[in-house]
Amino acid sequence: MRITVTVDGTSYTDDVEPRTLLVHHLRERLGKVGTVVGCDTSNCGACTVHLDGHSVKSCSVLAVQADGSEVTTVEGLARDGQLHPVQQAFHDNHALQCGFCTPGMIMQSIDLLADNPDPDEHAVREGLEGNLCRCTGYQNIVKAVRDAAHHMRPGAGPEAERVADTGSRTASSVGGGGE
Amino acid sequence: MIPAPFDYVAPSTVDDAVRALADAGEDAKVLAGGQSLLPVLRVRLAAPTKIIDLGKVAELRGVREEGDHLVIGSMTTHYEVQRDPLIAEHATLLARATDTVADPQVRHRGTFGGSLAHADPAGDLLAPALALDAEVVIQGMDGKRTATAADFFEDFFTTSLRPDEILVEVRVPKHTGWHAHYEKFNRVAQAWSMVAVAATVRTDGDAIAEAKIGLTNMSSIPMRATAVEQALVGQPATTEAIRAAAEHAAEGTNPTVDGNADVEYRQHLARVLTGRAISAAMAG
Repeated sequence: MRITVTVDGTSYTDDVEPRTLLVHHLRERLGKVGTVVGCDTSNCGACTVHLDGHSVKSCSVLAVQADGSEVTTVEGLARDGQLHPVQQAFHDNHALQCGFCTPGMIMQSIDLLADNPDPDEHAVREGLEGNLCRCTGYQNIVKAVRDAAHHMRPGAGPEAERVADTGSRTASSVGGGGE
Repeated sequence: MIPAPFDYVAPSTVDDAVRALADAGEDAKVLAGGQSLLPVLRVRLAAPTKIIDLGKVAELRGVREEGDHLVIGSMTTHYEVQRDPLIAEHATLLARATDTVADPQVRHRGTFGGSLAHADPAGDLLAPALALDAEVVIQGMDGKRTATAADFFEDFFTTSLRPDEILVEVRVPKHTGWHAHYEKFNRVAQAWSMVAVAATVRTDGDAIAEAKIGLTNMSSIPMRATAVEQALVGQPATTEAIRAAAEHAAEGTNPTVDGNADVEYRQHLARVLTGRAISAAMAG
């Protein structure tokens, strides 16, 4: 089946088998290996990407379901050589140990902040419920998300402008995406 | 792992989807949000020869009012249900239960209708649908029919849907102004409910006028805690009255035994969680 998917701003048209998972399409066909597979059970969230502006586990979406959609991976976050504020906050707060969960953690954190720009610790933990860190490094991950929220708040300066695909989410756009 | 090969179609209308399903025969599977189906395909616990994806059927999405009912399209996602103003006002119990489903990524994809049609006894939306006296609208080659939630759920992962039928809408009677809470017990984040209780209550002054209580995972299908509902009518909403009524919660239940819990423990949970659910509903 022929599909066209825009990934990190570039449109790709490919023939895929219907059974191809989105994560395998991203990694093996398009070379987007920043998105990783951490489990076989849909639990770990390491493969989280944004599909039309909403986070999804790309192991639980078929590539053919993404036909005509926009995908953002962790590789599409940096702008002009500058890390996204959430990436920077993970760096600044030592929010990774082995780093394997980090791509998914960052993508889900950005989704969380689009829905709730100023989450307290509990809200961060709830928002990251679908992402597992086997190093158990949650403490600094939570710190990083709250730090990122601080840097992304309105009026925080240039960093607040560097938001990804979810940045303009409003109540009226809630119905979009994630079929 | 990757799924076994299958043919895939993504029709854009319900009529086309029903026809595709009928043509494909019994080895076909309907794909809604895919958050239960794709994990099962991936580990090859199922290997349908044809997948009919409802993702492009726009008419199956959204929430509207129809007199004293809400009509919820079967492909409305959990994320949309959580934030829908009509559901918040008229079916609060459904919104609160949906908050507890899986995790944010799954709620972006997973759908209300898909959850009901999947009929996992540990699924969190079956008991609220039953408690709210919801009806499902089903479309097949012979046209549309309606089934009550009580008739729709037949057994573990089994509904009254026939092989050529698709669940298209869920009709929920408005419960405007009812208090509501969904109390879920599981051991870790993302785990299925070991037991959960859906409670919605209408008050008249300080007294409970009417209560509807649904139990998750206390049988192969969702159940109503009828004895609790009856015991609450006319009672003051005091801790003592709620606790006394909740003592009836496990009557008639037949929960599955697994490595997490035996029958006695699950029945204990049903009583405790029912009390908590009613108290939390009244406090909310």
